Amino acid sequence: MGQGILLSAGADVDFMIHGVFSYELFGQTVWITTTHVCLLIVVLLLMGFSCVAGRVIKRAKDVPGTFQNIVELIVEMLQNMVGSTMGKSAGKFVNYIGTIFIFILICNISGLFGLRPPTADYGVTLPLGVMTFCIIHFNKFKHQKVSGVLKGLCDPWPIWAPINIIGDVAVPISLSLRLFANVLSGTVMMALVYGLLSKIAIAWPGVLHVYFDLFSGAIQTYVFCMLTMTYVSDAIGSDA
Amino acid sequence: MEFNESFILGCSAIGAGLAVIAGIGPGVGQGIAAGHAAAAVGRNPGAKSDITSTMLLGQAVAETTGLYGLLIAMLLLFVKPLV
Repeated sequence: MGQGILLSAGADVDFMIHGVFSYELFGQTVWITTTHVCLLIVVLLLMGFSCVAGRVIKRAKDVPGTFQNIVELIVEMLQNMVGSTMGKSAGKFVNYIGTIFIFILICNISGLFGLRPPTADYGVTLPLGVMTFCIIHFNKFKHQKVSGVLKGLCDPWPIWAPINIIGDVAVPISLSLRLFANVLSGTVMMALVYGLLSKIAIAWPGVLHVYFDLFSGAIQTYVFCMLTMTYVSDAIGSDA
Repeated sequence: MEFNESFILGCSAIGAGLAVIAGIGPGVGQGIAAGHAAAAVGRNPGAKSDITSTMLLGQAVAETTGLYGLLIAMLLLFVKPLV
């Protein structure tokens, strides 16, 4: 039976994660999947870009060339985005937010280049959500002290503490599920178009690629970073 | 009572279909948000870029509940927790 329900048309609709090869580790079978491979490609690409950009910026000219212009444009855009949302505490977070922004963006639009987007795997988005969770709570304890955190937990009455805890735990889950489900839905739609309409899928799926990969991917990247910044500046509070 | 696998798979497919009805809510919500954004641009065309980015952020957050329905459908169809 297997995946028979959806694939009963007999076409090769394929959007699942595939194992590339497996190895034994402490008695467990561990699979290297397409997600790992695509993630590696994305990370190597970004590392190469960073190395070249760093070398160009180190020998920056007064009259910037094309590549230096592009790098400065990216950095300025990220600084403006973080600065307009986080205000005074932006300087400390622009590196982290910029990094995850570029990473998620490249991951999301990698579907355009024939890769399976790594963010369409919950194993990639959950760590991103958990990192946000850790940063939120580190800053909460740092800036509001333990008394402030306890007071926030018992707001408005101590009876509400369990509900507040659930609300805190729901943040990384909803962040990661939002990103994951959006990218997954795009991947599924593209796989359906290419699988079921393979005879007439000539050139026009490019429009769908623009929507599902570029537009939706960029919006979700922006939303993820925006919500992270909002939560963190909320945790820092007004004393920053 | 003992059910065989095909019966459970069929019921899972029906459940998956029911789960994606969750898409109605975000559709209505996003439409309302876009309508209000259009009205806001009509009232104050100078703030168009701010309004657009706020609208897109709100819509992307509102979309989440619909995507939860999609996730449930995916789980029922591919992870098959009930079989």
